[in-house]
Amino acid sequence: MSNIVIEKDIAHNHEQGHEDAGSLSVFGFWIYLMTDCILFATLFAGYAVLRDSVAGGPSTVDIFELPYVLAETALLLVSSITYGYAMLAMNRNDPAHVLRWLAVTFVLGCGFIGMEINEFHHLIAQGYGPSRSGLLTAFFTLVGTHGAHVLTGLVWMAVLMAQVWQRGLTSTNTTRLSCLSLFWHFLDVVWICVFTVVYLLGVV
Amino acid sequence: MFGKLSWDAIPTTEPIVIYTLAVVGLIGLALVGSITWKRKWGYLWREWFTSVDHKKIGCMYIIVALVMLLRGFSDAIMMRTQQAMAASGGPGYLPPDHYDQIFTAHGVIMIFFMAMPFVVGLMNIVVPLQIGARDVAYPFLNALSFWLFVVGAALVNISLGVGEFARTGWVAYPPLSGLAYSPGVGVDYYIWSLQISGIGTLLTGLNFFVTILKMRTEGMSLFKMPVFTWTALCTSILILAAFPILTATLFMLSLDRYLDMHFFTNEAGGNPMMYVNLIWAWGHPEVYILILPAFGIFSEIAATFSSKRLFGYASLVWATIAITILSFIVWLHHFFTMGAGANVNAFFGIMTMIIAVPTGVKIFTWLFTMYRGRVRFETPMLWTLGFIVTFSIGGMTGVLLAVPGADFLLHNSLFLIAHFHNVIIGGAVFGYMAGLTYWFPKAFGFRLNDRLGRIAFWCWLTGFYFAFMPSYVLGFMGMTRRLNHFNNPEWRPWLMLELVGVGIILCGVAAQALQLYVSIRNRHAYRDLSGDPWDARTLEWATASPPPFYNFAEQPKVDDLDAYWGMKERAVSTLKHTDYRSIHMPRNTSSGLVISVFALICSFALVWHIWWMAIVGLVASIVAVIVRSYDDDIDYFVPAEEVARIEKARLKDLAEA
Repeated sequence: MSNIVIEKDIAHNHEQGHEDAGSLSVFGFWIYLMTDCILFATLFAGYAVLRDSVAGGPSTVDIFELPYVLAETALLLVSSITYGYAMLAMNRNDPAHVLRWLAVTFVLGCGFIGMEINEFHHLIAQGYGPSRSGLLTAFFTLVGTHGAHVLTGLVWMAVLMAQVWQRGLTSTNTTRLSCLSLFWHFLDVVWICVFTVVYLLGVV
Repeated sequence: MFGKLSWDAIPTTEPIVIYTLAVVGLIGLALVGSITWKRKWGYLWREWFTSVDHKKIGCMYIIVALVMLLRGFSDAIMMRTQQAMAASGGPGYLPPDHYDQIFTAHGVIMIFFMAMPFVVGLMNIVVPLQIGARDVAYPFLNALSFWLFVVGAALVNISLGVGEFARTGWVAYPPLSGLAYSPGVGVDYYIWSLQISGIGTLLTGLNFFVTILKMRTEGMSLFKMPVFTWTALCTSILILAAFPILTATLFMLSLDRYLDMHFFTNEAGGNPMMYVNLIWAWGHPEVYILILPAFGIFSEIAATFSSKRLFGYASLVWATIAITILSFIVWLHHFFTMGAGANVNAFFGIMTMIIAVPTGVKIFTWLFTMYRGRVRFETPMLWTLGFIVTFSIGGMTGVLLAVPGADFLLHNSLFLIAHFHNVIIGGAVFGYMAGLTYWFPKAFGFRLNDRLGRIAFWCWLTGFYFAFMPSYVLGFMGMTRRLNHFNNPEWRPWLMLELVGVGIILCGVAAQALQLYVSIRNRHAYRDLSGDPWDARTLEWATASPPPFYNFAEQPKVDDLDAYWGMKERAVSTLKHTDYRSIHMPRNTSSGLVISVFALICSFALVWHIWWMAIVGLVASIVAVIVRSYDDDIDYFVPAEEVARIEKARLKDLAEA
């Protein structure tokens, strides 16, 4: 979808000898996401090392409830689809639908965060907080860092919704929508890895 | 209300610290006073602090780097004096508690706050000019990177007067750096100064990666890029791939310290060796981040001052790429003694030896560049020659250390200290000094005093050999690193010799300070109107010195590898005489500075556990980002008449040159 954004602005600034600002931003944001990917890779590595360091506490089988996490996953995956609809609306230059779909995405994202906080709260209440063992330390950090990213995405989305509402689909806003789109789908991909490596492999 | 912060945090009982603070305070007051007296605050704010011009940001990076060099070097003098004094068994003058902070600060400052900003500063000044661009890809992000880096440097300096710095060594291994053994704020200062400046570095890597890939002028294919730009590209890739690991690792360490987690603790299933692996998975690429651009600088200088094309350009580029990749698979050689087993150690030992091959290729390309060239022994060339000899020795001791069996004996001995100072000073620092001398006329429009530059070089070179060659010997004699006091009379003569070496380097540093002073005072006499004082080969010399803020009135077209040399040979002018067009430029902004001030407040509060202030700082910096996102007035067009006026003045200068 980012190609469409690029085409829109291609005439702009061409004479200045550098690419237009929009495509440059999207490209740079891609690169940023790759660095974020390495950050998560490091946390995954940490989790892999500490997975069996239960220190007399619970192991992964004891603490994960797959159906609950599956519902959480569904919320996030559906939110990616709804974001996709927002981008389709953007490409039709239809700001009203962009805002509507972003709002749906926002609510789904909040639902995901809410469920995650609830899961964390539940574990801590049982005495299985992050300082209980190496495993729980790595678990809370990995999943929590993903959650913090989603939260950042939600703040960004809220600001962007305000900006689209105030200023419409300007080239700045479409570039930002494209970047947030990349970010949001990226978080989905990371979550699928979390779901697989942490939860599924945890209960096998 | 103020967390752990109280009046006791100021070390009033330590006279050395208090005197230092008093002197720094007086210098600071004098500086502030003279700026106020000359009414320069407005100028500084408009032209420098809010600037998004890559050349000005580059200069600011280097100014901070030089100031931090002085601080890191003062630490070095103190350590060497302590060891020379304590060599006969006495206590010396630095108590262990203070001494440990000094060696930690020395390492942290020299790597993160001297070498990194120096390299980034040179990249900022040179890369956009070398590729014929008007600025970097994201000028605002560039300013933000700089100010975030300044926050890190500020935190390290604040720790001198408020509280303490880490006593853990520059890579802060746990469990020593964990809460149990370092309950004070020292490690927290360490964590936050590296975290904040690390974000700045990551953004710089991103910026230059995109700049070099997307902003090159017409005709400059990848394999027509100057070698310095190539090394800047590879360094950017290394930053992008390595710094997230540092961020994650320090994040884990801070979770251990702040939220009682167990990543690296001894108890509850933590794994301290995981930290050691992670920090070196970042740390080894980091040393190549520092050295690759220095290789690039030497390549430019060797070609320019031999008046011929660089020998083996393609092999040099491929060697750089090979090092970029290999640098990620050698990290374990920093801790062969972990006990990973013979096979693992053998793999990393062999990989380490292999990385010496592309490095050796480079040495030969420089030698063959000089071979049968018309070599001019200007100061940058002296640094290059000093580098080739010194770095080769350091490289060979590195290959020696790569043998796991030998490493078991030499691990953490002064042999290791001698080795890495041999490659970092003899490689990276010599390179930066060469680059500074070489590009100074480009950045400021006048040359540095030559005589003092030569004196500085010879002092640095001889001082280096006196200061570090004895360390190889001491390493073989069994002396380990970071010793505060000891009783072995056999070490004493060598330690005295090292102190002499430090004194000679001090003369070199003094000569450099004097050189800057004399050159600035006599700047009219040293003025270079040609824009090309060294008869050089690459595009940055095709424009005026200092370059106009838009760099090139018309972006040059590139046909050759040595683009500007080709233009000179074919007598193609880079100047336009008529038909100037308006130029699209980014507008200055204070946002980078404002966001960074809030980041400083937030991180200082985190160090001292002042939670309300940390939240205020964090929220304020997020709000500052959002405010910036509402700013639509971020660029403007320089009218064609303005460009014509500036270019006419340039033509007049050229006629006089």
